[in-house]
Amino acid sequence: MKHHHFQKRQLKRLTVAAVVAALVFVLSAGVQAQETYRIGIVSFLSGQAAESFGIPAVNAAKVIIEAFNKGDAPPPYNKIGFGGMKIEPIYIDENGGATKQIQEFRNLYDREKVDAVVGYTGSGDCLAIAPVAEEMKRFVAFFDCGTQRIFEENKYNYVFRTASHATMDDVALVRYLKARNISVSKMNLINQDYARGHDSRKEFTHAMAQLYPSAKMQADLMPKFGAGQYGTEISSLMSKPADLTYTSLWGGDLQAFILQSSPRGLFKRTQVVISAADHVLPSLGEKMPDGVIIGARGAYGLLSQKSALNDWFWDRYQKAYKAYPVQTPYRIAQALMGVKLAVEKAMTANGGKKPTAEQLSAALTGMEWPSPGGRIRMALADGHQAIQDNAIGSTRYDAAKKMVVLDNIHHFAAECVNPPANMKSEDWVKAGFPGAKCK
Amino acid sequence: MDQVITILVDGITYASWLFIVALGLTLVFGVMKILNIAHGSFYALGAYAAATFVAWFATLQLAPSLSLVTMFLAAVAVAVLVAPLCERGLLRFFYGRDEVLLVLVTYALFLIMDDLTKLIWGANPYYVSQPYSLFGNVTIGAQSYVGYDFLLVGVAVIVGIAVWWGLKRTRQGKIVLAVIHSEEIASSMGVNVSRVYTLAFGIGIFLAALGGALTAPMISVQPGLSVGVIIISFAVVIIGGLGSIPGAAIGALIVGLARSLAVHTAPVAELFAVYVVMAIVLVFRPEGLFTLTRARKI
Repeated sequence: MKHHHFQKRQLKRLTVAAVVAALVFVLSAGVQAQETYRIGIVSFLSGQAAESFGIPAVNAAKVIIEAFNKGDAPPPYNKIGFGGMKIEPIYIDENGGATKQIQEFRNLYDREKVDAVVGYTGSGDCLAIAPVAEEMKRFVAFFDCGTQRIFEENKYNYVFRTASHATMDDVALVRYLKARNISVSKMNLINQDYARGHDSRKEFTHAMAQLYPSAKMQADLMPKFGAGQYGTEISSLMSKPADLTYTSLWGGDLQAFILQSSPRGLFKRTQVVISAADHVLPSLGEKMPDGVIIGARGAYGLLSQKSALNDWFWDRYQKAYKAYPVQTPYRIAQALMGVKLAVEKAMTANGGKKPTAEQLSAALTGMEWPSPGGRIRMALADGHQAIQDNAIGSTRYDAAKKMVVLDNIHHFAAECVNPPANMKSEDWVKAGFPGAKCK
Repeated sequence: MDQVITILVDGITYASWLFIVALGLTLVFGVMKILNIAHGSFYALGAYAAATFVAWFATLQLAPSLSLVTMFLAAVAVAVLVAPLCERGLLRFFYGRDEVLLVLVTYALFLIMDDLTKLIWGANPYYVSQPYSLFGNVTIGAQSYVGYDFLLVGVAVIVGIAVWWGLKRTRQGKIVLAVIHSEEIASSMGVNVSRVYTLAFGIGIFLAALGGALTAPMISVQPGLSVGVIIISFAVVIIGGLGSIPGAAIGALIVGLARSLAVHTAPVAELFAVYVVMAIVLVFRPEGLFTLTRARKI
């Protein structure tokens, strides 16, 4: 009888142990299935860069992440989320200056426990974040900022830029002028008085010195960032007749400059070239003068080439926001696509586990991947800095389509407008683009 | 000679815009002793309101010149609806407190209003460029100007004279001057100081909104408008003397001409020129050109 009781008790214990073990197994399997990949996305949600760059970028990130999480992006992006892990984005406003961004970056990793950060449009923010990410040994992919200084002055293990730096913008513009046989004996410049304006001015004049050595500079204006009123600058440009007027103005400043200078006849007196103006075309519409030569900091938007991936991206973005994607949507799309493939590559190498920052960095180093704006290659800065093709075109308002279209588009191969891995951009331009491979 | 004319014309047109905005700022300080950081937000609000009003007006298909009236009404609407809300609903609770505290309160107001405009109008730009082409082009010397730029000169002159006349030649203006001179004595003589504050704040905000409304056709109206204008307006009122109306006019002219001269002759010194003038004025006249030095109260 006693023996029978003992057996019964043992059976009971075994049953309980089996149930507990089964529960633990089911729960742990459930946790594994619900594992997410938290990604911090930093972009301007307020301030002057929000309308032109920040909000379109975040809009694109939402479209892309939704498609990734549903697993309905075209191959090679058709796995759910990042290697089966659902992506959980945390959006952070880039407005507020570099000091605030450093704090936000630390918060993203320390409090929000993100697995990766993709972001930053402001060059000052990128320059500030890069050493912090390196010190924290945390991964960051810059998707937009243009300054060459990040990798030309420093070396990083955890820091990447998934788009070309700004040298490409002005080199392509000058090559375009040459390709179109536009003669330039005198030129005027107007750029904003801050880092990007100064950098663009320098790059453009250096590139002009190589391909148009006899072109003389007339007006060289540097209005403050966010000036809004350009009457005096326009008078100065008009009083110094030039074949060419170059500007790297963007966003509201560029729109105000166009609205104020067009009625005064500036665009009829001189060939205006703008290094990045694609983002103002949808909003300006018929107010954008014809024949203005523009770039988009890549083969993006109206300058992009047809591909299944580009058609898919364009269609998704347009359906979601009733507008076609311009430069920053393309740039964040290519960043997220690159990070996705790098995460999945690292997971393949480590047995399917979520990769560490080191594993993710190793996977992205030197990687190549297709994007809506063309092939991205991490070819510079020991595989941490991307190069990509670029394109330039000239504006024409199409009354039938009720939109600005671009004509005379020239595409430039990445190796034609980006420096080789062993040279700094400025040295490369000043040396006459050695090693450039142009068709 | 052509260049001198161009520098003068550019300087005066820029100064006109600046004067309209800075006049409101100096009026509010003169009466209420509030350094209103949110002034730029009211400027932006005026631009957004004008964009909305003109777009609505375009649907009525009336004479295009009437769009100018709608811009004026937009500024009035901001002054009538928003200014009393801010003054009665927020600022009055801080009267009599440290001036620095009031600066912080208006800074908070600036941040709130910046977000509110974004909530109401979104981040996309608005265009109301139709009024900009109403006056065609005007050729002066070697330059072709947009006629609308000279409308700003006219409005600045009218606004300046109206405010001067209102203060010096009307009973209400004399009451305002009494409050400026001494709030306590004016109050003891039966002046309703609160009403004067509300009135002065409303007029100041109307001028900021009018500046924004008149600028709207020349720009794309979008977030970020409020920051640039407030900095340069402060330079104007500091040069002219805080609270001085002739000071605002002269300050705007000095800033406009200094900037124009710099852009045409030494563009790299554009910003430097404005602030070096301000520094020189402050060295010799620490209270600005038109503010009388006050005896220290013990």
